[in-house]
Amino acid sequence: MPHDHHDHLSPSGHPYRPDDDHPLTYWQQMEIAVRELLIEKGVTTAAAINAQIEAMDARSPAHGAAVVARAWTDPDFRAALLEDASAATRGMGFDIGPMRLIALENTEHIHNIVVCTLCSCYPRNLLGLPPDWYKSRAYRSRTVKEPRKVLAEFGVTLPDTTTVHVHDSTADMRYVVIPQRPAGTDEWHVDDLAKLVTRDSMIGTGLAKSPDAA
Amino acid sequence: MSDRQYMRVRADMPPGHVRTPSYLRGKIGWVERTLGPFPNPEQLAYGLNAQALPLLRVRFSMAEVWGEASENPADTIDAEIYSHWLEPAEAPHAP
Repeated sequence: MPHDHHDHLSPSGHPYRPDDDHPLTYWQQMEIAVRELLIEKGVTTAAAINAQIEAMDARSPAHGAAVVARAWTDPDFRAALLEDASAATRGMGFDIGPMRLIALENTEHIHNIVVCTLCSCYPRNLLGLPPDWYKSRAYRSRTVKEPRKVLAEFGVTLPDTTTVHVHDSTADMRYVVIPQRPAGTDEWHVDDLAKLVTRDSMIGTGLAKSPDAA
Repeated sequence: MSDRQYMRVRADMPPGHVRTPSYLRGKIGWVERTLGPFPNPEQLAYGLNAQALPLLRVRFSMAEVWGEASENPADTIDAEIYSHWLEPAEAPHAP
């Protein structure tokens, strides 16, 4: 019988997953200690920290998608975004804070891709938290050396007539890619267009979805 | 291309917090745009009074950075480099 060993199985007939409890790491302990001290000394409050965590969790690539879709449909906004992306996105309610934002437009002949070789700088106000692979050594070291191979692994194969511009986010700038607007979307409403704009297309590791795939 | 302002990244390897990627040190690129001023992170990281410096976006060709090993010589890498890491230079190869 397949489900014989009752001791090791949950009522569903599958093995119990081991708990992933483990002792706190050094840096986890350090974070807790510093946080508690800051609260104890009145520098900040638990409520303020929770509010910040909630604000961070509320950010998602939907913000960036709204910016891109507007740039596709509103020429004045597109021009403002390329001129000063910090100000243009702040006007939509997505404040970048002390950092500055640069928007990079993909064209028929230029494909932009963003990486942070030094750490994991990312436009969190528009895209939320970065995916794990963005922080990996493999992505960070390979993207500046062999971007076309990296892109191919993401399913994006570019012709030789397209120049790849890699952007290493080394200092005070953050970058968002404006992917090319998919063909066959001329009559689309801005809210529907936003659904074609993926997180990866705004990092430059993907393209916007085609209307058939939406 | 003749209007390009070429800069060489200093080839130094100082200790401490530096935001100039080592793979670009000693390489020549051209100024894509000028930003800033921004506080020098090498002082900021240690709680010192940080000097406000121009920050330049410098564009390098893959050929300049990786030579023969480059995947496509005409592709480019842009990075933000603080002005004290840059010195004027001649174009790396014939324009």
